[in-house]
Amino acid sequence: MLQEQELKTFVEGTTNYFEVAAQQPASIGSPYLADTPPAVHDYTGVISISGKREGVVYFTAPKAMLTVLLMKMQENDFSHETMRDLVGEVANTISGNARRDFGRDFVISVPSVLAGERPEIPQKPGARSFVIPINWRSHSAKLIVSLT
Amino acid sequence: MNSASAKVMSDNGKKSYKLMIVDDSNIMRRRIERSNQFEELELVGTAGNGVEALEMFKKTDPDVVTMDLTMPQMDGIECISKLVALKPAVRILVISALADKATAVEAMEKGANGFLNKPFTDRQLNEAIADLMR
Repeated sequence: MLQEQELKTFVEGTTNYFEVAAQQPASIGSPYLADTPPAVHDYTGVISISGKREGVVYFTAPKAMLTVLLMKMQENDFSHETMRDLVGEVANTISGNARRDFGRDFVISVPSVLAGERPEIPQKPGARSFVIPINWRSHSAKLIVSLT
Repeated sequence: MNSASAKVMSDNGKKSYKLMIVDDSNIMRRRIERSNQFEELELVGTAGNGVEALEMFKKTDPDVVTMDLTMPQMDGIECISKLVALKPAVRILVISALADKATAVEAMEKGANGFLNKPFTDRQLNEAIADLMR
C-alpha cells in the first residue's frame, strides 16, 4: 500500500512534468483512495511496475487536454497515434522520475496505451488505487497509482 | 567504420557532426530534433528502439547519439554498449525519465558521455549537447 511520502513522489512528479514539458503548471487535487477501479478518460498510458513493488501507474486524459498539451509542445500532429504516444510518454516520465525516491528496484515497463472509456487496466488482485486528480487549463486528467 | 571521416566539412567551412536520435516516442524524437540549436549538428537518422538504432548506426555512422533507456526490443543500456563497441569515439547523451543515480552511473559505465533527465527544457537539452561536444 502506498505511504504518504510515496504518494508525494508522484504528486511532485506530476507537477514537475506539467511545469517543464507543458510549460504551464497543473493544479493537483487532493489524492484519494478509490474504492472501485477509477473511471478513465479517452486515452490512458499504463506502466507496469515490478521489482521491489508491484502494480501499475497510469495517466489518463481526455483528447481535448492532450490536443492542447501537444500544441504547447509545438506539435501539429493530433492523430490517434500521437495521442497514444503522448499519454504513454507522460506515464513513462512520471513513473521513471519516481525512481529518484523509490530507487532502481522500482522497475518500469515500456508504456502500453489504452483508448476508450472502459479499457481493462491490469491490476494486482487486492491492490487499491490512489487517484491523483490533475487540473490543467480547465481540463481534468488523473494519475492513478496502484502498488503493493 | 572510419572514425576519421566522421567530421565532415559543411558548406560554410565549419565542421559538422552527424546526429542520431533514439527514442521510442515519435513526439520526443521530433522534440529533440526541433530543439537542437547547433547548426553543425546534422540529423542523419532516428530509431525507436535499440535494434533499429544499431541498424541505423551502421548505416549513418553518427558522431553524436541521444539515447532513451526504456524502449522495447532492446533497451538503451544494452544499445549503448553495442554502439560504443562499434565506434568508441561516438558521443552518447542519455535522455531518460529514469531518475535514480544508479541508472545514470550504469549508463556512463557502459560508455555514455552525458545524462539528461526527462522532462527537460530546450535550454537544458542544448547545454547537455554543448557539454557533449566539447
